[in-house]
Amino acid sequence: MAIKTQPVTVNLGPQHPSTHGVFRMRVMFDGEEIVDVEPVFGYLHRGSEKLAEERTYTQIITLTDRMDYVSSMLNNQAYILAVEKLAGIEPSPRGVWLRMIAAELQRIASHLVATGFLLQDLGALGTPLIYAMRERENILDLFEMLCGARITNSYLRPGGVFMDAPAEFWPALDRELDDIVHTIDELETYLSGNEIVFSRTKGTAVLPPELLINASITGPMLRASGVDWDLRHRAPYDYYDRITFERKLHTASDNYARYWVRIQEARESVNIIRQCIEQIEPGRVRPSFDDVPRLVRPPEGDAYVAIEGSKGELGFYLVSDGSIAPYRMHVRASSLINLTLLRDMLIGGQFGDLFVTFGSVDLNMGEVDR
Amino acid sequence: MGQAFLDNSLWRNIYCVLAGDSASCTARDYSSGLLPGGMEWLAFLLTAAVIIGLVVNGVLGGVIVLIWGERRLFGRFQSRTGPNRWGPFGMLTSVADAIKTMFKEDLVPAEADRILFNLAPVMIAAPALIVFSVIPFGVGTYVADLNVGVLFIMAVTSLTTLSVLTAAWSSANRIAILSALRSVALLISYEIPMALALVGVVMLAGSMSLGDIIAAQGIPYILVQPLGFFVFFLAALAEMARAPFDLTEAESELAAGYLNDYASMKFGLFFLAEFMAEISTAAIVATLFLGGWKGFDPIPSHFWFGAKVIAVLFVIIWFRMTLPRLRIDQVLKFAWKGLFELTMINIVVTAILIAIWPQPTTAQLWAMAAINWPVAIISIYIVSKLLGTSPYEQTQPDPNSPIYPVGSESIPASSVLGAASISSVGAQSARSEGGD
Repeated sequence: MAIKTQPVTVNLGPQHPSTHGVFRMRVMFDGEEIVDVEPVFGYLHRGSEKLAEERTYTQIITLTDRMDYVSSMLNNQAYILAVEKLAGIEPSPRGVWLRMIAAELQRIASHLVATGFLLQDLGALGTPLIYAMRERENILDLFEMLCGARITNSYLRPGGVFMDAPAEFWPALDRELDDIVHTIDELETYLSGNEIVFSRTKGTAVLPPELLINASITGPMLRASGVDWDLRHRAPYDYYDRITFERKLHTASDNYARYWVRIQEARESVNIIRQCIEQIEPGRVRPSFDDVPRLVRPPEGDAYVAIEGSKGELGFYLVSDGSIAPYRMHVRASSLINLTLLRDMLIGGQFGDLFVTFGSVDLNMGEVDR
Repeated sequence: MGQAFLDNSLWRNIYCVLAGDSASCTARDYSSGLLPGGMEWLAFLLTAAVIIGLVVNGVLGGVIVLIWGERRLFGRFQSRTGPNRWGPFGMLTSVADAIKTMFKEDLVPAEADRILFNLAPVMIAAPALIVFSVIPFGVGTYVADLNVGVLFIMAVTSLTTLSVLTAAWSSANRIAILSALRSVALLISYEIPMALALVGVVMLAGSMSLGDIIAAQGIPYILVQPLGFFVFFLAALAEMARAPFDLTEAESELAAGYLNDYASMKFGLFFLAEFMAEISTAAIVATLFLGGWKGFDPIPSHFWFGAKVIAVLFVIIWFRMTLPRLRIDQVLKFAWKGLFELTMINIVVTAILIAIWPQPTTAQLWAMAAINWPVAIISIYIVSKLLGTSPYEQTQPDPNSPIYPVGSESIPASSVLGAASISSVGAQSARSEGGD
């Protein structure tokens, strides 16, 4: 006699220990197998894009901090590049180098958070997460030296950064870079060769590269499938054309590949920062207020700039009507777009892999909902 | 009063002080008892009450200390301090937590089956306590030395799953049910290697009584039965749902699993039972494989037993802090394809050795250890190679691949417009938003 079974629908989130914020999924299970997933989001919507229409171009910087709150510097950078393109501002070289250093430090911090939380989702009860967070804490200390803030930095300004780095920043940065390499080595010896981590992540949630390209997914997720697409190399912004770095690729396109690409990218960011330190030149960190006034008034028009954020292509689209505030701002949030393939990744998989896959996407609800 | 009871020094000391008139007591130099003659039944009842009180409260005290110790160790493993506010080294933190738990509001879900919902915490706490009745804490310090002690332990520990299933079912919560089903799957799979791992110990000792097994351990059985210890320890971790097999309480997946809907002291009882199971598992491992209360002479046997239990507890906590969780299919595969085979190898090898040396002396036990260790290492290595995940064949893209050229300036349109893959994205967007 066949036993009559029926799939069970379970609501996971918005309050759940591992939904990385306030994300909600209605999941249909057949035993342990996932039959259907319906993501529900919008719980953290703050209307940043609409709020931007009421603020001056400098005030909007604080809004961008709060979008992806684990990579504020990168958000700042993408927004400032869009403003500079819109208003035709020529940035000061020292400011550009400083913001590249800040952005790469932020990328390392973001990848450490992603790796730590991936392990948390794998069930490692906090130890690797705290190891990763401890290193991120040191990076945040460097940010505190740069701009006085740790998370919501608002460090960048149109044309550069708002303040030069203090003298004690440079030796601290050198020490920190060595520490980061050491921490990444430690994490890799603990994780990359761990049989449980490997067997849990290998071959799960595989996405073919064609699908990733068609769904417009970018960042470590795309590079983990073997597609060599990094905006720092494809369309260099700031001074990335003066920097040589390796683009780390993996062909497996599964959870392990995504983790591996992030760890290797963090390593590569250390090299980029070292090159920035060699090439940085003295001078102003931003143009004088005669050249770039506090109230930027771009001419009518629009501008779109995308940078390689920590989670993918992070783009800002600004429309100006000639006033002190943008007429419209739109953010191409990589977290949200990377989420579109969630169903393809999860359906047919195991319940145990649900949050691991979710963690390997590395999304930030602040950016998804904005 | 039977002779069996009087062999137990814990029992004898209390009973004979109360009723010293009986013949067996006077034979052992107890003068007249506190109670008048003919009141042996009262002495028996009082002794039973005192011993139950001692064991239960001793275990509960142990749980309080264990929770504190585990949290302090977590702190050390994660390079932080851990609880350090209440009392010396934060030792009163778990007392404060216990008081807080008791005074919380006792919520019962509206759709819950109230009788079973209230029964489940009791059902889970009782077997966790009963296990301690057969464990010898020191020379002559036990509640009962059953001649089927090992079997009794196996039977009582499997009751836990029944109460987990009851708790999940009665709270009418789907996540809880998922957790309970995992718990049952774990039990069915790991009960078998756990029981079979103990067969080697029982064969060596020639008895199922824990007292006899300790007496037979000329050298600790961990040296003679490395494979049995390995399998038993891992199966015991799975049995009490500890990392890396903590699937029933998978915090990052199921929140709290079967105890999602429990609050107040009912939750406290589940929590208590979990830690009691941890202590009892450590005590069983110490008894069966580490020589129980045996040790060097000047230090009393109880301290040896305690030290061994703490050592095992440390390893359990260490595992929990270090290892990620396995997936359910991997956990079951590990039990049936890995541990089961290892126990079979262990049983066959032990049987052959027993056939050669039927009543092993200490020297013969050393000889058995010398044979068993290579067997254990080789078989564990082979099983790990057979069950382990194979590495990737290729990780780096082919630089000459026509579809995704590495380092070239553009990705050709032909690769972007793969018709087959568009349908999947189309299905995604075509799905209705659903009524929310």
